[in-house]
Amino acid sequence: METNSKLKVIVDYDKCCGAGQCVMVAPKVFDQRDDGIVIVLDAEPPPEQYGPVREAAAVCPGAAIRLGESA
Amino acid sequence: MKTPSRVLVVGASLGGLSVVEALRREGYAGGVTLLGAERHLPYDRPPLSKKVLSGAVEPEKTFLRSESAVAQLDAEVILGDPAVRLDLTAREVHTAAGRVLRADVIVLATGIEPRRLPGQEKWAGVHVLRTVDDAVALRADLLENPRLVVVGEGVLGTEIAATARSMGLAVTLTGPQSAPLAGQLGPLVGGVLAKLHVEKGVDLRLGVAVKQLVGGDDGRVAGVLLENGEMLPADRVVVAIGSRPATGWLAGSGLDISDGIVCDARCRAAEGVYAVGDAASFHHEGLGVRLRLENRSNAVEQAMAVAANIVGKDEPYTPVPFFWTDQYETKIQTFGILSPEAEVAVVEGDPEKRQFVALYGKNGKVIGALGWNAIKAIRAYRQFVVDGKPWAEVGVQAS
Repeated sequence: METNSKLKVIVDYDKCCGAGQCVMVAPKVFDQRDDGIVIVLDAEPPPEQYGPVREAAAVCPGAAIRLGESA
Repeated sequence: MKTPSRVLVVGASLGGLSVVEALRREGYAGGVTLLGAERHLPYDRPPLSKKVLSGAVEPEKTFLRSESAVAQLDAEVILGDPAVRLDLTAREVHTAAGRVLRADVIVLATGIEPRRLPGQEKWAGVHVLRTVDDAVALRADLLENPRLVVVGEGVLGTEIAATARSMGLAVTLTGPQSAPLAGQLGPLVGGVLAKLHVEKGVDLRLGVAVKQLVGGDDGRVAGVLLENGEMLPADRVVVAIGSRPATGWLAGSGLDISDGIVCDARCRAAEGVYAVGDAASFHHEGLGVRLRLENRSNAVEQAMAVAANIVGKDEPYTPVPFFWTDQYETKIQTFGILSPEAEVAVVEGDPEKRQFVALYGKNGKVIGALGWNAIKAIRAYRQFVVDGKPWAEVGVQAS
């Protein structure tokens, strides 16, 4: 899973409920607009962010964050 | 603890799926079985009473993972086959279809099931909302523009009332509390919510219990009779009077299921048996209380804690509960435990302006925070809840 693939952050903005859980878990990758909707700061984050990004995707209450993996 | 060679997860909704995913993230390479009672792949429930019911989101969009993403988990996935018995000694689960599934570790994630009014199944046109199939059936009925009565002023009932009213239906909301969600969020926020629903045109009949459903000669529901004698005419009724843990199948297993599945601080119900999600009652070491949380974030976070414990990390589960509800254009979010008896202080904004943050205090400490259309502002107050900030240090604007 952790091989040489690159992680890509994909957000479904329709599903974002503005909880901000992603910002708490991975503040280097996610921020929020004033209305709470997510802002992706880094759609192809460096490997040291993979852990936080995977957790952000897991805990997102709107199931709005998907991770694409490309070789 | 020895790493198990096979983990069986009973319940294929968010909690169960999250256990499997977290196990793989932890690097667990053993066998995994995911057993689900419903025929669907894991889907997300919060949208059911909101965007799925309104039609803004297709039911298929609630699936949490694609088929290929589920396949990548390298788990045996069995759907449409409810568990009917747990043999604790043999560590086996028996299913309705006659399967016998053995594992070294079993995770119970069977969730909750809706409570019903006595005799409600006698009448056509009476709904509950728990599954995606329930949501599709209710939406089909709402499209006929019926007079709708929602029984239950909790989260689900108020969300359904808001959605149906936004679809243009005539909606009456009834329940025993004095205001919507007053039993969860207290009288201040309940009062603001009552005003909102009235402004939107919902007919509130609160502070009175339901006596019974009334039907016609045609076998269809015709109304809801209240304890005070008032009759609420209805073409359709939704019963949203809470839920109970789906633990009937565990009766006689030897597990304590007195309030959900009773677990220790590590979400362990017995040797080799864990529980996650709405049905799991656990001891919160940080707060020193027993909790059973019926919210989405808990299902995921508890699943991660259980997966970590299964691979031998031995960590207590000490979440900061998070819950949200969307009604009309209003977004309410909360952190912590919001006892209705707690002191409430507005610390930012103004309830009259429908944008505020309120803190909840008990025994001299902050125990919870609530944001009303303040979804960015509330984040700063989460730490108050984590720290149990002294109530005396909270800047009070009003009470």
